[in-house]
Amino acid sequence: MNAPAPSPKISLRDVHRAFGAKVVLAGVDLDLAAGESLVIIGGSGTGKSVLLKCILGLLRPECGSIKIDGAEMVGIRAAERERVVRKIGMLFQGAALFDSLTVWENVAFGLVQAHGMSRRAARAVAATTLAKVGLGADVMELRPAALSGGMKKRVALARAIATRPEIIFFDEPTTGLDPIMGDVINDLVVSCVRDLGAAALSITHDMASARKIADRVAMLHGGKIIWSGPVAAIDHSDNPYVDQFIHGYAQGPIQMEVLAP
Amino acid sequence: MLALPYGSGRRGVMLVHFVAGIGRAVIAFVVTTGRLARFAGNGLYHCAAPPIYPLLIGRQMLSIGYFSLPVVGLTAVFTGMVLALQVYVGSSRFNAESAVATIVVIGITRELGPVLAGLMVAGRVGAAMAAEIGTMRVTEQIDALVTLSTNPFKYLVAPRLIAGTLMLPALVFVADIIGVLGGFLIGTGRLDFNGGTYLKNTFDFLETIDVVSGLVKAAVFGFIVSLMGCYNGFHSAGGAAGVGRATTNSVVSASVLILAADYIITELFFAK
Ligand SMILES: Nc1ncnc2c1ncn2[C@@H]1O[C@H](COP(=O)(O)OP(=O)(O)OP(=O)(O)O)[C@@H](O)[C@H]1O
Ligand SMILES: [Mg+2]
Repeated sequence: MNAPAPSPKISLRDVHRAFGAKVVLAGVDLDLAAGESLVIIGGSGTGKSVLLKCILGLLRPECGSIKIDGAEMVGIRAAERERVVRKIGMLFQGAALFDSLTVWENVAFGLVQAHGMSRRAARAVAATTLAKVGLGADVMELRPAALSGGMKKRVALARAIATRPEIIFFDEPTTGLDPIMGDVINDLVVSCVRDLGAAALSITHDMASARKIADRVAMLHGGKIIWSGPVAAIDHSDNPYVDQFIHGYAQGPIQMEVLAP
Repeated sequence: MLALPYGSGRRGVMLVHFVAGIGRAVIAFVVTTGRLARFAGNGLYHCAAPPIYPLLIGRQMLSIGYFSLPVVGLTAVFTGMVLALQVYVGSSRFNAESAVATIVVIGITRELGPVLAGLMVAGRVGAAMAAEIGTMRVTEQIDALVTLSTNPFKYLVAPRLIAGTLMLPALVFVADIIGVLGGFLIGTGRLDFNGGTYLKNTFDFLETIDVVSGLVKAAVFGFIVSLMGCYNGFHSAGGAAGVGRATTNSVVSASVLILAADYIITELFFAK
């Protein structure tokens, strides 16, 4: 396993979160180094999205420590948190586009609101960012309601990277895309890390995508990170959970709750 | 288990359940009141602290003020007309028909203008606010705002609070005029008052405090409508059904609070 880098961008220690009686995160430890691309894998409903939301401060963990650039985020003042979270771009699993704004206004939102860019300049940036995700000028003026699922996802991706954040979270960037567009997006994620020098934390179920974009892979199961290591090591991890997951076997230590009739 | 004072029969158990139920309701009420107060305080703070979004405030003012004019105007004109007829019935019983104009204008400006406009706007605007913000909540758009370094209180709540508080008095001022006009139409057309006399009676006995107290009420009601719309939308959860509940709650709670606030403000302005 990798030793944690000297000053990780994000560092989680013993993070716990439950919803009522349902324990979702039960002591997550995780480090994301600068310029690193980490992919989190794990079964559906294991709390991957919840983990990202805890880091962003959208959900409050019950206990544990979350540090971003060394600053403790648990219990921080709202105004301080706003300043730190500014470094992070987030692609939501469900896109979460603002449906009262047009596509380009969505992409330009962070530039105009947080960086004080003029609308005209932000529009130009939005156009080039949309081009990167394979969307042309013809969608710029559309409302999100007029887009297909995959197009929404790509607009949301463009919105997440438009401000060139230092840290980017991708919650299932390639779900709902055709294989070719999926690969374009994989390349885009890689280039965000390589060219912008961003640290990326991605969630995916798509192992081909994970192999392409990850420097390191971590597996979340039962509320904990049960394995993490360089992407090259996942095929001989000697971890039965990881083996079962990457090969997608129905038989193995991970019991899917399928209720037979 | 609780030790019961006498025996532990069915009656005792039922009594404990009954008291516990009351306790739960009281606690829920206190918790909600506290949350609402904190939400209101937070909203007010962000109304004053920069950045302010003039464009968003303008859009809300248009939606609350301008687009509510038809419904508020119609409410006012019919209320003025009905008021004139009813007051005529009452005052003619002790030969005081000449009081109709005065009572209509005081009734409209002090009471019916602000209350009815507030209730109509709660149904029209408050519900729309709760539905819009509630949908944004359940589709994670509010979370997305946060990740784009935009404070949802500044971006969503403050513009609505400001617009509601400013626009309802303007609406009520227009409603006052239209309501008096409704009374005038009935007074001259149906009740055989002389137009000049009716207007003279309207304005001779009208005092500034009548209009001002009504406009103060309107500002408070506008704040209440926006607050309840935003609060319920913000705390909605559970998909489409949750948004529906938030919408209903925003209208019901705003209406009840408007009527309660109406009494309190009337009491404050009341001088014996
Ligand atoms: N707001 C919430 N209230 C209650 N339970 C929640 C809430 N959000 C998430 N959960 C629960 O937490 C668990 C983890 O949810 P999460 O969305 O993180 O799953 P996930 O790992 O992202 O799954 P997927 O791969 O399907 O997206 C789920 O069992 C879910 O029911
Ligand atoms: Mg998820």
